[in-house]
Order: sequence, then structure tokens, then C-alpha cells
Amino acid sequence: MVVFSRHTLFIMSYAVQFESVSRAFGETQALNHVSFSVESGEFFGLLGPNGAGKTTLISILAGLIRSDRGLARVMGFDAATHPMQARMNLGVVPQEIVYDPFFTVRETLRFQAGYFGLMRADDWIDEVLSHLGLIDKARLNMRALSGGMRRRVLVAQALVHKPPVIVLDEPTAGVDVESRHALWAFISRLNAEGHTILLTTHYLEEAQKLCGRIAMLKKGNVVALDHTDNLLKRFSQSLTVRLKAPRLPLAWASRALPLPSSDAVQITLDRYEDIEALIAAFRQENIPIDRFSTEEADLEDVFLRLTGDTDDKAAPPAATKEHHA
Amino acid sequence: MLLYKEVRRFWRVFAQTVAAPVITTLLYLLIFSHALSNRISLFHEGVSYAAFLVPGLVMMSVLQNAFANSSSSLIQSKISGNLVFILLAPISPFGFFAAYVLAGVARGLLVGIGVWLTAVIFFTPELLHPRGVLWILIFAFLGSALLSMLGIIAGLWSEKFDQLAMFQNFIITPLTFLSGVFYSVHSLPAFWQTASQLNPFFYMIDGFRYGFFGASDVPVLTSLAFVGAATLILGGLTWKLIDQGWKIRP
Repeated sequence: MVVFSRHTLFIMSYAVQFESVSRAFGETQALNHVSFSVESGEFFGLLGPNGAGKTTLISILAGLIRSDRGLARVMGFDAATHPMQARMNLGVVPQEIVYDPFFTVRETLRFQAGYFGLMRADDWIDEVLSHLGLIDKARLNMRALSGGMRRRVLVAQALVHKPPVIVLDEPTAGVDVESRHALWAFISRLNAEGHTILLTTHYLEEAQKLCGRIAMLKKGNVVALDHTDNLLKRFSQSLTVRLKAPRLPLAWASRALPLPSSDAVQITLDRYEDIEALIAAFRQENIPIDRFSTEEADLEDVFLRLTGDTDDKAAPPAATKEHHA
Repeated sequence: MLLYKEVRRFWRVFAQTVAAPVITTLLYLLIFSHALSNRISLFHEGVSYAAFLVPGLVMMSVLQNAFANSSSSLIQSKISGNLVFILLAPISPFGFFAAYVLAGVARGLLVGIGVWLTAVIFFTPELLHPRGVLWILIFAFLGSALLSMLGIIAGLWSEKFDQLAMFQNFIITPLTFLSGVFYSVHSLPAFWQTASQLNPFFYMIDGFRYGFFGASDVPVLTSLAFVGAATLILGGLTWKLIDQGWKIRP
């Protein structure tokens, strides 16, 4: 592909580019000068609490809404000035489960392929349906499918024209565990074949496992943009201790937070070495510990610290070690 | 492909989108041809009231169904959210425009042919061989295209089915009923004759009727100029609204 621009070389190394993208809805500033790029072949995570601006940003990239300022490019094509080329290179799985109730699964996919100029795409449609566990549902009307199946059809619709850039906006919400694994195996294969993946998800475990780089949005601003490993390292020095004891040592009592629906407490330590001091304090005051566990920092901790929003805590803790005293 | 999908959409519910309007229109024909046959004065001595009524009813069903097709498809897609699949695809504004207009034309013509055939078989065999088939086709195509465009505008504008019904009840139905479907405008008082001549639907129906009888309330070329100009203007406006993403790409 050739892009005739004085920025050609600069642009071509990126599959997705946002340059100072802003958008307001009335008084609410949904996006505020958001800038970052996703390189070709990356598996990139876009995270943030509800209302952070993730879907607005994706919608601007897909040409579904307009930005007030800034540029959004897909494979070098400006979504606003070259919408046809930008859309041709983009496959989007929308967040909402939507479907046309008049048609079967296969018809839905044939129409979608046709919109992209692919009139004979049945072989690829069959392959996509197989990987998504839908091949035996191809003849069913969309109305006859469960919510999880409909979401997988949305994924198939986004992939039907083999776009170089695939945007997945909460693709696994409501999808059962087995189908989720199959979906990620397929998406990972597409990524290995060179497709660029931009993922938003509330399942932070998935993002941690799959995404090489992550951007976090909060109230329309990018609050973190780094490789996933780097983000984890920045917080790996801290850990959370959960314990149950008749009482707490005086020196530690003020740092303990009660856990909801439990008689245990939680204490956040800045360093691993602090565990020793904590246990020593219990010994010194002769307090038995009934239960004790530690939790290492994971992407969820990073997310919560950076976004400061505990409402979006969706995934279970990643690494928990149980110790019984 | 979008055109094909839109045609498949209404074909999938044929009974509701084609058969039902044909039956409804035939009921109009049955009732009005009996009730009004001696009360209406026509432009042509040799034409029975039933024969006069059929082209009007055919064109009315063409127009109403062309409007219903594009407007209902768009509002349903907007409300259910599946319009996103079309918006995400590299379909040009003109492609979008042409697909919805032609799908509306297809449904309008299909219903119109159904009404005409049934009327010819059961009521007015003399209409089997119209005088000017080309005029019939021109006015049927332009009229259904015009109403499809109005349907697109209504579908884009409406956010709820209520709003669409308002558009239909306060604009489409009055303009259709006051356009000379059931009577010749020559039978009206002078004021209403003048008022009728401001109604674009009147020219569509009068020109269409000319194709059957070779006679009309106003010269057929006047009707053609009026309908052609209205189609071009509304077509330009509709295309512009789609190009700007009015109400669909906020």
C-alpha cells in the first residue's frame, strides 16, 4: 500500500494513530487531546473505567462519530478525510450486541462481506464460523441465538473482510469460558499472522495476558501508556496482605482496611520485606494469625491505582497464595 | 449488496410488505368505486369511475410503500442498532442513498403491479393495455424514488417510531389523499384546484394516470417537469444529508 503524503514513512509504521483527538458532548469532555499510536502487528489494550472515553475513541477511529479536533488514522488513512480507505482496513466488534433479525447467521456474514466488495467469501466465512464455534448455527436466524453466540457473530462480522486492523470493544462480555478461549486462540492466531489488534475489555486478566502494550484512559485523558510488563513492574514492589486475627498489632492497626463480607482485613505493603515486619509484630504481641494470604500486583492493581475507580473491578485476583496459620 | 439486502429484507416479510398493501388498496377500490361512482365528475367522458380510480390507487400504493420501505428500514436499523454494520462498511454516501432509494422503488413497484394486476383481473379489464406504458413507468419510477427519498429523510430524522408515524400521518397521507387519487381536480372549487397544483403528489398521480388514458388534469409535460425537478432537488438534499452523516454520524 502506498500513501501519498509527505509523512508517508512516518505514518506507514503505524496501524492506528491518534493525534490530539478531542471530543465533547455538551458540557462533558469525553476525550481531551488523546494521542498515541499502535504499531502494525501489535496486540494493544485500551483500558479505562466506564465513561473514560474508550468507545468514543474507537467510534472516531471507525468514523461512527466525529472528533472536535485531532486526527485518527487507520493504516495511514485519516478516518475523517479518507473514510472509505480507513474503513476498508478496519474491522470493529461493537460493544452492544446488535443484529438484523431478518437474516440467518450466514446471510448476515455474506451481506457484511458484500459491503466490503467480497462477493464470494464462503470459504473464509466457514473458517471464521468454525473458529468461533458457530458453524452448526450458520443456518439459524439471528433471533434464535443466545447472547454469547450473537456476540461471536459480531466478531465474525468484524473479521469477514480480513481487515489488517481489528478493534474489539468488550468482545468477551457474556461469552462463556470455553468460547472465550476459542475466541482468543483465533484472535491470537490472526495477530501472529500480522493483524493488528486493539482491545478494550473489562477482563483485565485477558488484557494482561494478551496485550503487549496498554493505554489507560481516565475521563478522556491518557493516564498511562506503556508496555504491559513495564506497567506491572512499576507496581510490582507493592503487595496486598489479607489476614484474619483476633486483633491487630498496635503499630499496624491504622493501616488495616476491613474486607467487605468478611471478618478479615487487608493491608497494603510497599515492599515484600515488610511482610517480615508485619509477622514479627504479631509474634511480639503474641497474637495468633488464623488466616493469611498475599496478592501480588497485577494489571487490576495498576488499573485501580491509575484510574482510582474501584467500581470497575471486574476480574478476579490474578495471583493469590494462600497460607493458613 | 446493500440494495440486495434491503430487497431481501422486505421480501422476507412479503405478506406484510407486499400482500397486505395490495389487499388494503383493493378494499379502497371496492368501496370507493361503488360509493362514489355517480358523484364524481371526470376529465374524460369515456372513462368509468372504477377505471379512473385504479391508476390513482396504484400510484398511491406505489408512493406509500416506497416511503414505508426506506423509512421503516432505517428507523428499525437505528433503533435496534444494526445500522452500525452499514456505517462501519466502506459504502459511499451515494451507494447508501442509491440502495435505499432503489429498494423503496422495488417495493413500491411490486405493490403497484400487484394492485394493477388484481384490479385488471377482478374490476377493470380495460386497463390491461394502457395507452402510454412509458409514461406509466416514468412516473412510477420518479414517484417511488421521490417517496423513498422522503422516507430516508424521515428515517434519518426520527428517533422513535412515534416521530415516523407523525411524518406519515401529517405529511404523506394528507398529500396523498389530496392529490386527486379519488377525484379529478376539475371537480374541485377554484381555490382547491389551485391548492392541489401546489401538491407534488398531484403531478405524480396525474402524470401516471395520463399513461393509462392519454388524458389528464394538467399537461403531462408539466407534470413531468414538476416531478422531475422535485426528484432532483430532494435527491440532492437526501444525498447531502447522508454525506454529512445527519443524525447517524454525530
